Amino acid sequence: MSTEAREAPQAPEDSQRGTLHSGRGRFADPVFKWIVAVCGTTVLIILALMVIRTTSEAWPVFAKEGFFGFLLGESWNPGGSRTEITGTYGAWPFIYGTMITSVIAIAIALPLSVMVAVYLTHLAPRRLAKPLSYTVELLAAVPSVIFGLWGLHWFLPNVLRPFFDGLEAVLGWFFLFEGPVRGVGYLPAGIVLGIMILPIMTAIIREVVAVQPVEQQMAAYALGSTRWEVITKVILPASFSGIVAAAMLGLGRALGETIAVLMLIGGSQSWGASLFGTGSSMASHIAATFGESSPESRIALMAIGVALFLVTMIVNILARVIVWRLGQITGDAAV
Amino acid sequence: MSVSNTASPRGTESGRGVAPDTVRYNREVPDLGEPVFDVSGLSIYYGSNKAVRDVDMKVGPRQITAMIGPSGCGKSTVLRTLNRMNDLIPGARIEGRVTYHGEDLYAAEVDPIEVRRRIGMVFQKPNPFPKSIYDNVAYGPRINGVRGNMDDLVEETLTKAALWDEVKDKLKESAFALSGGQQQRLCIARTIAVNPEVILMDEPCSALDPIATLKIEDLMYELASEYTIVIVTHNMQQAARVSDRTAFFTAGVDEGGERYGSLVEFDETAKIFSKPADQRTEDYISGRFG
Repeated sequence: MSTEAREAPQAPEDSQRGTLHSGRGRFADPVFKWIVAVCGTTVLIILALMVIRTTSEAWPVFAKEGFFGFLLGESWNPGGSRTEITGTYGAWPFIYGTMITSVIAIAIALPLSVMVAVYLTHLAPRRLAKPLSYTVELLAAVPSVIFGLWGLHWFLPNVLRPFFDGLEAVLGWFFLFEGPVRGVGYLPAGIVLGIMILPIMTAIIREVVAVQPVEQQMAAYALGSTRWEVITKVILPASFSGIVAAAMLGLGRALGETIAVLMLIGGSQSWGASLFGTGSSMASHIAATFGESSPESRIALMAIGVALFLVTMIVNILARVIVWRLGQITGDAAV
Repeated sequence: MSVSNTASPRGTESGRGVAPDTVRYNREVPDLGEPVFDVSGLSIYYGSNKAVRDVDMKVGPRQITAMIGPSGCGKSTVLRTLNRMNDLIPGARIEGRVTYHGEDLYAAEVDPIEVRRRIGMVFQKPNPFPKSIYDNVAYGPRINGVRGNMDDLVEETLTKAALWDEVKDKLKESAFALSGGQQQRLCIARTIAVNPEVILMDEPCSALDPIATLKIEDLMYELASEYTIVIVTHNMQQAARVSDRTAFFTAGVDEGGERYGSLVEFDETAKIFSKPADQRTEDYISGRFG
């Protein structure tokens, strides 16, 4: 503090002191508040417009097939009309394709990403952990078309095909693994999807696991816990909500993934329970047929879009309910 | 709600020759007996830094041993060598000998997991798990495969930790709903639930208000009849109030400019606080230092 500042302060002249109501705070804060509020509402408005618009456009298809008739109908025969709905539209083959590939993807990616994240944060030598973490984050940025190409031209013929043949030979009697093995199909699409969502899930789970309080881990060690017990009984349960969030993000990507699935799922418009069977997902079917579709079937594709939106919403709500229910016990507010 | 601490006799007169306001418990200083810990020539390194040098002290059974001293004097570091918590810090190693009932704690065949199960630890900041109160107490017995009635064990343990009356109606609620002092008593309960022989306490009251601190001190005094307690504290009055023996550490700088901690004096608490042998101890306890 300078010495001048220590001198007895003089009461400033009235003119110098100014008024207490400059008006700066009265305008700047509300203006900022309004700008932010408008941005926030815009997101909601865009979302609402999208839902309303697509639903109303797709309405004729829902009206003809019935809501559940559309969702559960198994045959998809587009008509060529310009003015009315003449074909049959059952979206079940695509809904099944989306669900089965996403389930396979999550079943592969979730345990793997948790293990990789735990390895990177707690087990890897420090010199290795950093470069590995960067690599994982880099992988998350690889465009999906590259995963599709790599899956179709290298991974499928060289790794998956021999593995599938073996699987079919051993477990072919079980309906999920019934032959014939065609190469492309639900299983390869699901596996490549799993690999595709692995990096982003790992990156998120790694962050969550890394910020778990060391104090609690020390407490567990001090009670005679092994490293395995500290990880499985303290770190992972405390990371639960973050792991679910990562799974949701991965699942969201898997549900909506278009191009990689399109390249690997086989593209047929029928469905079968066997994982070796070919089919289409909702997104891949829209992308595959949108170009040469009639005005009528374009409306039907819009209806698939609505269904995809619904499936995604339901999955997200379910996940939040799970996290919320478990969070009540642990006192974890991160919902 | 009041805590049951009626059993702790509070000293009204100066029992140890210490200033009267620091004496709360009248008790004979027990013999060192067969020491639980025997630390000799202990030096602790972090990497190439010799952070603590040449510590010799003994910890007697079922009594309270305090470690005091200014910041950076190595008292917490020494405490953590007693249950091998230092193993968890990369680059930490020791020289010298630490024995537990005559057995070398750092012998190759000693399992640190087993060491920590017998020698529990309570930390500076209350650190309950993000689980229910019940599950916090049951964690240790569960990982150690304890069979039998867990409900009884939890009740018995919480009663011992003078917390039962306050939490018996909300065992299933999150431990984070408790106050800081209650959380710390829960952490003590969690530690004694695995039935250790020794409880190490690393500044257990430094995050607590004075009333919560007194409750913990009462609890320590109670527990000392059954457990061996070693407490690190930067609160000299606390050491004077609860401990039987006190080790005074100090921080120094060597010729190379490296800071290190070392033990100055280890003796009965009353002696440390009334007629310390070392001038540095006297300076510290009389407030002329640190």
